[in-house]
Amino acid sequence: MAIESIKPLVPIIIVFVTTILIMLTKRRENLREAWSVAGSVLTFLSVVSMVPAILGGHIYTYTISTIAPGISFSLRVDGLSLVFGIISSFLWIFATFYNIGYMRSLKEHAQTRYYACFAVAILGAQGVSFSGSLFSLYLFYEIITIFTYPLVAHHQDEEGYAGGKKYLVYLMGTSKGLLLPATVLTYVLTGTLDFSRDIINGVFPRDVNALWVTVTYWLFLFGFAKAAIMPFHNWLPSAMVAPTPVSALLHAVAVVKAGVFCICRVLLSTFGIGLLQNLNLGIWTAYVASFTIITASVIALTKDDLKARLAYSTVSQLSYVVLGVALLDPAGITGGIIHIANHGFSKITLFFCAGAIYVATHKKKISDMEGIGYAMPVTMGAFAIASLSMIGVPPVAGFVSKWYLLNGALEIKNMPIVVVLMASTILNAGYFAPITIKAFFQGRSPGWSRDGIREAPMTMVIPLALASLISVAIGIFPQFFMEIIGRFLR
Amino acid sequence: MQQYLIMNMLDFPVLSTTIFLPLVGGILILLLKNDSIIRITAFITTLITFFISLVAYGNFNPGTHHFQLGEHLPWIPAYEINYTLGVDGITIFLILLTTVLSPICVLSSWEAIKERVKEFMFCILLMETAMIGVFCSLDFILFYLFWEAMLIPMYLLIAIWGGPRKDYASIKFFIYTLFGSVFLLVAIIAIYLTNGTFSILAAMYRSYPFSFQMWVFLAFAIAFAIKVPMFPFHTWLPAAHTEAPTVGSVFLASVLLKMGTYGFIRFCLSITPSASVYFAPLMITLSVIGIVYGGFVCLAQTDMKKLIAYSSVAHMGFVTLGIFSFTLFGFEGAMLQMLNHGVTTGALFLCVGIIYERTHSREIYDNAGLGKIMPIYVGFFGFFSISAFAFPGTNNFVGEIYVLIGTFIKHKTAGFFAVAGAVIAAAYMLRLLKQIVWGREDRRVIKDMTPREVIYLIPLVLFVLWVGFFPKPFVTVMEKSLSHLLTYVRTYYN
Repeated sequence: MAIESIKPLVPIIIVFVTTILIMLTKRRENLREAWSVAGSVLTFLSVVSMVPAILGGHIYTYTISTIAPGISFSLRVDGLSLVFGIISSFLWIFATFYNIGYMRSLKEHAQTRYYACFAVAILGAQGVSFSGSLFSLYLFYEIITIFTYPLVAHHQDEEGYAGGKKYLVYLMGTSKGLLLPATVLTYVLTGTLDFSRDIINGVFPRDVNALWVTVTYWLFLFGFAKAAIMPFHNWLPSAMVAPTPVSALLHAVAVVKAGVFCICRVLLSTFGIGLLQNLNLGIWTAYVASFTIITASVIALTKDDLKARLAYSTVSQLSYVVLGVALLDPAGITGGIIHIANHGFSKITLFFCAGAIYVATHKKKISDMEGIGYAMPVTMGAFAIASLSMIGVPPVAGFVSKWYLLNGALEIKNMPIVVVLMASTILNAGYFAPITIKAFFQGRSPGWSRDGIREAPMTMVIPLALASLISVAIGIFPQFFMEIIGRFLR
Repeated sequence: MQQYLIMNMLDFPVLSTTIFLPLVGGILILLLKNDSIIRITAFITTLITFFISLVAYGNFNPGTHHFQLGEHLPWIPAYEINYTLGVDGITIFLILLTTVLSPICVLSSWEAIKERVKEFMFCILLMETAMIGVFCSLDFILFYLFWEAMLIPMYLLIAIWGGPRKDYASIKFFIYTLFGSVFLLVAIIAIYLTNGTFSILAAMYRSYPFSFQMWVFLAFAIAFAIKVPMFPFHTWLPAAHTEAPTVGSVFLASVLLKMGTYGFIRFCLSITPSASVYFAPLMITLSVIGIVYGGFVCLAQTDMKKLIAYSSVAHMGFVTLGIFSFTLFGFEGAMLQMLNHGVTTGALFLCVGIIYERTHSREIYDNAGLGKIMPIYVGFFGFFSISAFAFPGTNNFVGEIYVLIGTFIKHKTAGFFAVAGAVIAAAYMLRLLKQIVWGREDRRVIKDMTPREVIYLIPLVLFVLWVGFFPKPFVTVMEKSLSHLLTYVRTYYN
């Protein structure tokens, strides 16, 4: 049953107010950071408060205004929204603490702008997850793009500007050039931009022109370039010029997950499983995603810069989500959606570790990290756990996703996809395992302890350790997210 | 003939008052001496005019497509020339746009204009009278009178208070628009010779022979296309905009350009529907070229005002695209875009004016890197910039999506070209914005915006968000008039 309630708007309002407070207290740093902490906690609580009703089989809706007949600025919370809403708000809490340690240790400039933009990016992520129509979705999607630009180009040097420019060209170019016509075409073909509650039938009428549906579909798929499906992935490695917490939360969770979330949403709530099956669009999407998975993994193997390797790993992992949903069977969809959460926790850990290493040692290259595990055992321990999740080793979270994805692929008896999943697992191991091995088992260089290298500040180490533990926890107890997704698929 | 006109039932002639109050204020100003008192008088006059236009809006009934608040007096009976006024859903917002912007313009020139304040304010007020007059007139002679009357104060604004190349720009503006007006006059006389009256109401919704429609349409189209300006008639615009004082640019962009598209909607569609349908492919092609070409030219600009001027060519392309898509979405989108462009581009010109007062340069490089120096200014400038490239949640996005839906329903190819224009728009606006915020490293001391400047931009901010999130009230008011017009044109469209 749909409950008309202002609840979906509450997290968005909280983040908005937080942003204003951050900007108003720019001269009082401790108070400013306190707003971030309070805002992130309150946002998370307000999101969690919606869980019982969703698990009870309801959804929340809230219409703010009507733009035209069938086009509304509306919000909606269902199982799919909650998965993304919960992880983006929950990890914001972690990222806030981590931010404080990172930004203060490195004495970064323009911190008020940084925290404000960070908050608005979360606002965008919350908005995307709770969007009830393509109109709202597009609005919040674009808010993320614009307000993360100052974060990417934060250092305001040549490299920062170049990365930022690429970021905007890719994201704004695709959203205006592909997403906008896709949205307009959807309206022209269906007369509505609202999402359907029926994931089997979607919003398209039965007698719709197949050619234009196909065109619209591909425009959508590539238009959500935040999902980094090749060939629109190149902005992501370039965006790594940003401070590491930005790479961690935004380029592992909020921004890229907004992209894959949008794809899930549009595939399921606009097109519907039936139509995609009829037009064979699902399986082709799975192949496109497979290509990205394999290619990005191979590129990751060649990168010596830790953040670059993580970036290509992200490109590859995002396509797991797309692949899963594109399989269009319950197991595949579940595997895809739960990977939004699983990958989120694990990848944020990895980026947090990269940032901690940088703060402690100012090193970025993997080849320089021999024996670093002895100087920073907690950080590298967390890194090892999170890598296991990426590879898909039980009992860490990534295993659950891989299990469902494989099940999904086997269910539709598609052997090439099964092969892709297995090959990618080997590739994942190929580029993650050497880092841990180097850190703990190779050349215990005496230099580390002599230089007095120690763990990064506690506000950084605690979040990363906790995040890695949560990766294990949701690997062992995946029921919570499973139930929410189950509600959505029912 | 008067079947389309519902007479004014208020105690006073609300439209005449709105039109002529600024002129009365202007004449009053001519008698004053002190510059401050002149400014205040001009401001109060425009403010009262605004409130009277609100009265008109308050008494406007959106439930009918007929002209309302009508006034009708015989003027020169021998030639069937009457003093007929009226508004419908198409014009009511254009009038409000004019009356909102006028006080803002007066405020914006408070300190910028130090010489010949009296003449300057008189020109503004005369402009206001002429602009409102154009939108209210339901008689061709009256219409033409106001149409031409706009030319003189505009010419003076550019020629006296303009920039370094003001002579060239003002003459070019004058010749181009006068050239267009001649065609307008020809069309008007042709219609008069057929109908025996100058009444616009009598000329609308009649079946004229096709060949007659063709010629009249072409004459109208040249006049209006220059005004819009449509590609390839746009070359007067950048010159005029760059050299005009801020107020001149605002009036030009916000209201004068709308005269062209208003003309297309009011005259071409209702008097020459067959020809409009016949020429629609051409008009759509020119609109799309304008959108894409205007965008590319913007990418190459180093002058802020020129950039915004060329962006007008692209924006107005969306308006004409919407009109000639002959769909309700297209019509409504075109009307919305007319208002949106008026507000957003007007605001951007005001922003350029604000920085020009401080740095005396319009070059992007000279005004770059203001992020830390003028945070409030950058906030406003950023807001209007993202509105200008149709960021969702702003007015232009709503207008653009209406136009795109209207276009995609009928002409998908044209739609995709228009989308390309939207991409380019994001590119040039973001490039400009990035330069202004972060373009230079050196710290200069420039005063941030004063409260006066903040105050006159706030109403425009509110409008941007209002239409961006709640466009319903606007659409409702124009819907009846537009759907009636569409039904009429559709009968010629197969």
